[in-house]
Amino acid sequence: MVLVLALGDLHVPHRAPDLPAKFKSMLVPGKIQHIICTGNLCIKEVHDYLKTLCPDLHITRGEYDEETRYPETKTLTIGQFKLGLCHGHQVIPWGDLDSLAMLQRQLDVDILVTGHTHQFTAYKHEGGVVINPGSATGAYSSITYDVNPSFVLMDIDGLRVVVYVYELIDGEVKVDKIDFKKTTTVNLVFL
Amino acid sequence: MMIPDGIEDEEKWLAEGIAGIQHNAFYMHRALDANNLREVLKYSAQMLSELRTSKLSPHKYYELYMRAFDELRKLEMFFKDESRHGVSIVDLYELVQHAGNILPRLYLLCTVGSVYIKSKEAPAKDVLKDLVEMCLGVQHPIRGLFLRCYLAQISRDKLPDIGSEYKGDSDTVVDAVDFVLQNFIEMNKLWVRLKHQGPGRSREKLEKERSELRDLVGKNLHVLSQIEGVDLEMYKDTVLPRILEQIVNCKDDLSQYYLMDCIIQVFPDEYHLQTLETLLGACPLLQPTVDIKTVLSQLMDRLSNYAASSTDVLPEFLRVEAFAKLSSAIGRVIEAQVEMPIVGAITLYVSLLTFTLRVHPDRLDYVDQVLGACVKKLSGKPKLEDSKAKKQVVALLSAPLEKYKDIVMALTLSNYPRVMDHLDNETNKVMAMVIIQSILKNTSCISTADQVEVLFELIKGLVKDLDGTDVEELDEEDFKEEQNSVARLIHMLYNDDPEEMLKIICAAKKNIMNGGPKRLPFTVPPLILSALGLIRRLQGREGDLTGEEVPATPKNIFQILNQAIEALTTVPSPELALRLYLECAEAANDCDLEPVAYEFFTQAFVLYEEEITDSKSQVTAIHLIIGTLQRMNVFGVENRDTLTHKATGYSAKLLKKPDQCRAVYACSHLFWVDDLDGIKDGERVLLCLKRALRIANAAQQMINITRGSSGPVTLFVEILNKYLYFFEKGNPQVTSAAIQALIELITTETKSDSTAPDAVSDPFFASTLRYIQFQKQKGGAMSEKYDSIKV
Repeated sequence: MVLVLALGDLHVPHRAPDLPAKFKSMLVPGKIQHIICTGNLCIKEVHDYLKTLCPDLHITRGEYDEETRYPETKTLTIGQFKLGLCHGHQVIPWGDLDSLAMLQRQLDVDILVTGHTHQFTAYKHEGGVVINPGSATGAYSSITYDVNPSFVLMDIDGLRVVVYVYELIDGEVKVDKIDFKKTTTVNLVFL
Repeated sequence: MMIPDGIEDEEKWLAEGIAGIQHNAFYMHRALDANNLREVLKYSAQMLSELRTSKLSPHKYYELYMRAFDELRKLEMFFKDESRHGVSIVDLYELVQHAGNILPRLYLLCTVGSVYIKSKEAPAKDVLKDLVEMCLGVQHPIRGLFLRCYLAQISRDKLPDIGSEYKGDSDTVVDAVDFVLQNFIEMNKLWVRLKHQGPGRSREKLEKERSELRDLVGKNLHVLSQIEGVDLEMYKDTVLPRILEQIVNCKDDLSQYYLMDCIIQVFPDEYHLQTLETLLGACPLLQPTVDIKTVLSQLMDRLSNYAASSTDVLPEFLRVEAFAKLSSAIGRVIEAQVEMPIVGAITLYVSLLTFTLRVHPDRLDYVDQVLGACVKKLSGKPKLEDSKAKKQVVALLSAPLEKYKDIVMALTLSNYPRVMDHLDNETNKVMAMVIIQSILKNTSCISTADQVEVLFELIKGLVKDLDGTDVEELDEEDFKEEQNSVARLIHMLYNDDPEEMLKIICAAKKNIMNGGPKRLPFTVPPLILSALGLIRRLQGREGDLTGEEVPATPKNIFQILNQAIEALTTVPSPELALRLYLECAEAANDCDLEPVAYEFFTQAFVLYEEEITDSKSQVTAIHLIIGTLQRMNVFGVENRDTLTHKATGYSAKLLKKPDQCRAVYACSHLFWVDDLDGIKDGERVLLCLKRALRIANAAQQMINITRGSSGPVTLFVEILNKYLYFFEKGNPQVTSAAIQALIELITTETKSDSTAPDAVSDPFFASTLRYIQFQKQKGGAMSEKYDSIKV
């Protein structure tokens, strides 16, 4: 069982002062094995904070990030899964799932994690799964109205990944989960 | 001058003293066993003579004293039993006074006196009075103190208190009190006299020795507090005034400090509350070197705890006007002690403020008063230099923030900014950060423009250059931290009412704009984004219900935002400004304001053309422009054409061919929007894709020429995917033949001898082919579409 935290688009301090307190109290150091971050932190303080939660931190560059040297895309293997990471402002039209599927094919990954739209989605297509963890702070987005703060926790266990999405709605944290299973071929199946 | 081997000598003398006591005690015991009064008196007097030494320090003398004390207990038992010695207690009292030296004489007298009182043959008060006066005969500080200590010890359980067997018609509590007070007064005098003692002692040694003895003196106050008969009235009328009189008159700072502290610790808080005026009245009369602020802090601390102990107590505080008395007492102390350094005065105000916040938290006027007194003290003086004083001012200003948690309370204190004015720039900024941290930690909301103004006044050190500071001198990390804090703060300024929110934004903007080029990149973005949030709430609003003009309309706000973003040219920050223009353009689109949106795009393009020169930045910038433009639905045909033409033109002019290729095929989406009434110009889509293909070809050829091998076919695979995208969307210009041709092209290129296997393009092509296969097998309309494509 490997826990991977996926989050992004915090936009601290441009669009939000900080992570919601309820999220901060849930995110405790030492419980998570990997963090993948879609980008737009935007400042070093956020980077340092994430590093305290888990030293294995992967970040891709968002268009507002203070650190311009984060890579545009990143791929990593966790257990049986290949994961791809990209902020998403590079993929036009923004949020278009077919265009994101193309990026997924290009990176050759089972799970593609992108952001930019501040809208949580988990989409399965013939080539794999595209996950958008939304904005962890609920930051303003020109693309999405009424953004609720959200992040994703993936539990990777063998050929199976359970995606937990945590959303802060009206002051309460709501959790939902989706199961994905991989056969030994590339395809991910929606359970 | 210290005698170097003094300590060794003292040990020797102590040992000698103890030996002397033991020696005489031995004979005394023999005499006791034999009931021989004469011998008993002789040897006990000799034994007690050891206490006549002046060679020992208090610490050592105490050891000697304790030995004697133990022996005197046996003596007392002997005296009590008349059958053993055959002398009446009255006669015994007379007899012991024949001892040769005064010190042994008085120890014996006290011992007999104890028995005398117990026998009740004379009123307790008479014996006690006699003893306490007789002890005047010993004026040597250490010897006198221990003698009187002995008197206190043996009389303790024999005071004519309420409920005591020694209370009679003529013996009253007053007599008990008088006795203890007198003993106390004499002991204090002796204790003070100690400081003039001994040529062979250094100042530190003297102070240490005096410290060791202080509990002997303080014990008397403790006894007084334990006397049942001392009620509030007696305490107020007799006990306290006489103690204070002695304290003030002795004019000794060590004594004064210790005894004031003693009073506060030993007597009940209820008494202190009721005698506040008297107690505080003594403070200005004390020696200037007395650490009065600690004494007053202790008092206020105890009173704070007392107030917290029960709800019945609080009205008493108001009735006795505790706050007013403490406040004026502190004022008088500060006035009286002209030499007091500023840090002392401020520390006193910090204690008073702590008291006020604990006891009268709802009385903001009291809090403001304390701050006002501090302002008065600081007025007319130059800005604070002393770092301890500065720390205390920060503590003073932080206290209300911690107590109230809601910054708005602190913002209503009129003296708060005035205190801050007296801080130097450095400390001012420290305080400003404390304020911001408090707001962020408590997630307080600042909800009116007036409060915003006050707040920015308080944090002005962070928001602009104060006189005398140079932004260049600041440490970069610290500066960033400061500005990021201000940025976060801006999100705490909020009101649901759009009109008030607009006022808030304008107030914030006004303050931010003076920040100078170093601060704007931090402070402008949160302002803009906050305003965009407001605009979204107002979408569609032109005026209020009556059709009248109101200030809070999207159009008006966009004008303000335009000004704000323009200010970034002074930094200069073209990339940031470009992003903000695009955000505003999209918001204007949602508000159906075509000219406003067009203007924002124009600004963005101008920045791209003139200011963004770095190739990597250009790539990102053009993608942001294309991505935003793709989502615009407010533009009429002409405007849209102009902008898309510009976008595609710039895409093709990027430096690196692969970047060109990708930007150009991204532009294809500008001509196909999947909405109901979205543009669907199949021809122009195809034009873009073909152009991208040409660029990809050119890129391949370039690599061929410059490196002698074929480059990766990734670009072709990407373009293929785009062809498939539009094919599926139903663009008639994208034919299956074209797709087939592209597939074959890639296949050929990949298999050619000069191409190395590529880790990126090979799996990419493979998964694309898999995708096509999948679509073919899907069934329905999609299968039909894909039927003619062979993989």
